[in-house]
Amino acid sequence: MIFGGRLLPWLLMLPQLAIVLVFFFLPAGQALMQSVMLEDAFGGSRQFVGLENFRRLLADPLYIGAFSTTAVFSLWVAIGAMLCGLLLALAAESVLRGRTLYRSLLIWPYAVAPAIAGVLWLFLFAPASGILPRALATLGIDWNHLLDSGDAMTLIVLASVWKQIPYNFLFFVAGIQSIPRSLFEAAAIDGASALRRTLTITLPLLSPTIFFLLVINVVYAFFDTFAIVDATTQGGPGKATDILVYKVYHDGFKALDLGGSAAQSVILMTLVIALTALQFRFLDRKVHY
Amino acid sequence: MVERTGLRHALAHFVLITGVCVIGFPLLVAFVASTQSAEDIAGRASLSLLPGEHGLETWRTALFGGQTRFGSNIAPVLPMMWTSLISALAIAIGKIVISLLSAFALVYFRFPGRALCFWLIFVTLMLPVEVRILPTYSIVSNLALLDTWTGLTVPLMASATATFLFRQFFMTIPPELVEAARMDGASPMRFFFDVLVPLSKTSIAALFVIQFIYGWNQYLWPLLVTTSESMYPIVMGIRRMIGGGDAANEWNVVMAAALLAMIPPAIVVLGMQRWFVKGLVEREK
Repeated sequence: MIFGGRLLPWLLMLPQLAIVLVFFFLPAGQALMQSVMLEDAFGGSRQFVGLENFRRLLADPLYIGAFSTTAVFSLWVAIGAMLCGLLLALAAESVLRGRTLYRSLLIWPYAVAPAIAGVLWLFLFAPASGILPRALATLGIDWNHLLDSGDAMTLIVLASVWKQIPYNFLFFVAGIQSIPRSLFEAAAIDGASALRRTLTITLPLLSPTIFFLLVINVVYAFFDTFAIVDATTQGGPGKATDILVYKVYHDGFKALDLGGSAAQSVILMTLVIALTALQFRFLDRKVHY
Repeated sequence: MVERTGLRHALAHFVLITGVCVIGFPLLVAFVASTQSAEDIAGRASLSLLPGEHGLETWRTALFGGQTRFGSNIAPVLPMMWTSLISALAIAIGKIVISLLSAFALVYFRFPGRALCFWLIFVTLMLPVEVRILPTYSIVSNLALLDTWTGLTVPLMASATATFLFRQFFMTIPPELVEAARMDGASPMRFFFDVLVPLSKTSIAALFVIQFIYGWNQYLWPLLVTTSESMYPIVMGIRRMIGGGDAANEWNVVMAAALLAMIPPAIVVLGMQRWFVKGLVEREK
């Protein structure tokens, strides 16, 4: 059943469309345009240079470095957050008592801002006054994320995983709950142990959830971790934790390389589009119009 | 189930309790640090995990600002919390209202350009702020919206996910309801306010939680569009407190401020847990 009227639907769409056009499409278009221009930082002159910005970017070892840093970072974040989330979800679904309490105590980091998560973990690992470097020192491990690039990467991975566990946990719980109980009961009657039931029923039937979360976690690691990096390592030491979204910010705002930053934006947009397409394509997610 | 489950339950509880402790550890340390003096934190061989006696003083400094005994000036967190609260509420409510309206138009009207509207909104999913930082900044600055409430909130109000969630929900509402409303002579807007909005209460509650947190936790956006201290939200303000480096930071005050920044969104998530979980899991469907 449908209402008539031509003006009213447009009036209803207007606020959303206005924001989308002014604050999403206009800047995206500008980024596209700037990416093929060479401009001085104060907007004095601009000149069409074709794909020169992209060529310069892809020939820049720092940019290629940022790509592989991001790849390593997002791989660790995805693996860490998914393993922890899955393990906790499996455990939460096999206890009878205290489920609600456990859930409350496990999901609260979802509410913590990435920047605050960064600050909390920065304090835990602060080289001079942090509690963990002192504990590690007694084990003979020297920790300093200001000097050691491996330590710095570990720090941002830990903070990002910590923040992302609740999300993975909740989706794995929902995934496990959607598996029909009768499958487990039949397998149990046939004598399959709990471990075997998990390996042969739960995990295979969770594969859509696993794939979905993999994409979500990669998107999270790529785009939502800016604040964590900015609060903890700021891309350092050297360029060890300079992930792509941090670099696009730094090059645009601090180094004032407008063309290069715009070209990076365009590459990032292409990446998001690819990831979103992947997510909708393989997941049987229904976005029918 | 038909078997002994004692050992399995014990193992599951063990895993869960370990998880709760590991996840809660940063919170515990933050709280303990906020009750100790800065010297205690910097000087001791190892940080004690028992609360100290400087809690009140530290929390007061964090909330209301002032000079610490080391002479560093701490900006008060209370006005920042106010900024965060107003902008989070504006963003959450704005997103919900705007998305309700456009989902209503998409589902209950057939108008030329409807498919285009749908795709325009859908594509915004692929344009997060992080990837278009510089041009968005220049637009906000050209519109003279830097350092204003409008600049801080309105650009974040578009929401593809909320629109789709409402659209999905509207499509499950039986067509008989619309038909009945039309037979009774209700105008479209009357149907919207008297039927659709009341029916959408659960979805609205779920989205409110998610979007409130989204708004409260914004970091990059305020970093770009605010320049005066009176417009800093708390998440960004705390980041500015740790500029001095490890040794110079007054970690006790920073941790008190961090806890203050976490309390409101945590209350919203835990208090509205039922809707939140439902909304989060369903949003992605």
